[in-house]
Amino acid sequence: MAYSEKVLDHFKNPKNVGTLDKSSKNVGTGLVGAPECGDVMRLQIQVDDNTGVIEDAKFKTFGCGSAIASSSLATEWLKGKSIDEALSIDNMTIVEELALPPVKIHCSVLAEDAIKDAIKDYQEKNK
Amino acid sequence: MSKKLIYLDNNATTPCDPRVVEEMVPYFYDLHGNAASRNHPFGWRSEEAVDYAREQIANLLNVDAKEIIFTSGATEADNLAIKGVYEMYARKGNHIITLETEHKAVLDTCKKLEKMGAEVTYLRVDRLGRVDLKELEAAIKDNTILVSIMWANNETGVIQDMKAIGEICNRKGVLLMSDATQAVGKIPTFPKEVGIHLMAFTSHKMYGPKGVGALFVNRKNPRVKVTAQMDGGGHERGMRSGTLNVPGIVGFGKAAELAQKEMAEEAQRLSVLRDKLEKTLCESLEETYINGDVENRMPHVTNISFKHVEGEGLMMTFNQEIGVSSGSACTSASLEPSYVLIALGLGDDLAHSSIRFSLGRFTTEEEIDYTIEEISNGVNHMRNLSPIWEMYKEGVDLDAIEWTAH
Repeated sequence: MAYSEKVLDHFKNPKNVGTLDKSSKNVGTGLVGAPECGDVMRLQIQVDDNTGVIEDAKFKTFGCGSAIASSSLATEWLKGKSIDEALSIDNMTIVEELALPPVKIHCSVLAEDAIKDAIKDYQEKNK
Repeated sequence: MSKKLIYLDNNATTPCDPRVVEEMVPYFYDLHGNAASRNHPFGWRSEEAVDYAREQIANLLNVDAKEIIFTSGATEADNLAIKGVYEMYARKGNHIITLETEHKAVLDTCKKLEKMGAEVTYLRVDRLGRVDLKELEAAIKDNTILVSIMWANNETGVIQDMKAIGEICNRKGVLLMSDATQAVGKIPTFPKEVGIHLMAFTSHKMYGPKGVGALFVNRKNPRVKVTAQMDGGGHERGMRSGTLNVPGIVGFGKAAELAQKEMAEEAQRLSVLRDKLEKTLCESLEETYINGDVENRMPHVTNISFKHVEGEGLMMTFNQEIGVSSGSACTSASLEPSYVLIALGLGDDLAHSSIRFSLGRFTTEEEIDYTIEEISNGVNHMRNLSPIWEMYKEGVDLDAIEWTAH
């Protein structure tokens, strides 16, 4: 199976790899997947308290190239978005952008889950 | 792509040796006759060529040429042996014993026979991938007709103790079949010496062409018979009908001859390279494990797990240049990692983290050095990206986390 150029690019030069302080009140952390399934994604957002805009996003992913590309792309898209806008990111948009084949759709689903999980964590901290 | 590609997936298939191709070429042109055409020189010459190849293969195995039945490959030979014995010996019993770590050509054949009334025992292997001989012996019953155990495993290269297995089967009076696809031509495989009655193998794993394989069927003490699974002109002593693939068989024969001459030296050379690859990676990268029995293993194979790195992702760091194989099945819809590694008792996470390197006749030391560098870079790249590697380094107990299986 050949990967699309976009997947290869995100895989080789992933954007926003790293770790934010998960104890910080304005950081939301999403951790989804399981090692035994071959995919674990950790996606973090940092929200500007005044504007409610996601000012930074970081990820680390254990998984195949498509999983890494999906999470890298997700962090790029998250930056500068409001929480509501971020919640509207749909996995199929990731599939289309990266031209993922059917067997890799679960990677995009995982990325969407990671986004929602991170937002949920942020919202619970800031109730 | 200007860079030369490095091929370390010789357990999947080997390239043809140029000396093999050279022998085959005339049989596509002037010597194109059907080996079954009995009435003209075209047929005679093809028949002679097939007979000669049969001798070359028989010599490699130290068996009689009449005991070699040509097929389209090892999968067909496995099918013919197992289904053929099941049908032929139906009056004696319906029980077959095999291993969990067999190739799908054996396992799926057994599963099909189960639907048709066969009783099949799938023996476990130990942590090193070896069958427990006591368990094997205990599993043999009055209605057992066949034991099918592979000589060497395709994923780990682990070699079973065929002599001890043969001794048990002969003492108990059951037929022993071995899928020796990965072993023939690489290590000495003499079925009669170890008591194997049927043995499947193929040309394209030993530097011959694809599309031709063989089944060894013991002719004396005992005389073994299998029911044909392919009906037609009664070729191959009635056991496998179909016009013989003459160029393929000629190439197969030449490949066998070359293997016989060069096997010992080649095994020695490849084991040195394999050991260098394995040792350097294990020393320079922490949390790296070799899968399977390193004491009883094919000389050209190593299967390594790089903990907290997903195999397919790792492969992507170098697969534009290096061809290897992964125990992670992220490419398949099932998401199930290698059943062979799971049978060895590896957790799903380590199975997902495995890479199989299988060296071959044309592998050079320079290629191994380059591979070591690329794999090390790849593992480091993937670990930098891996959240579970980070947690592991921070001392987080990964087993205590409630993962969301998907």
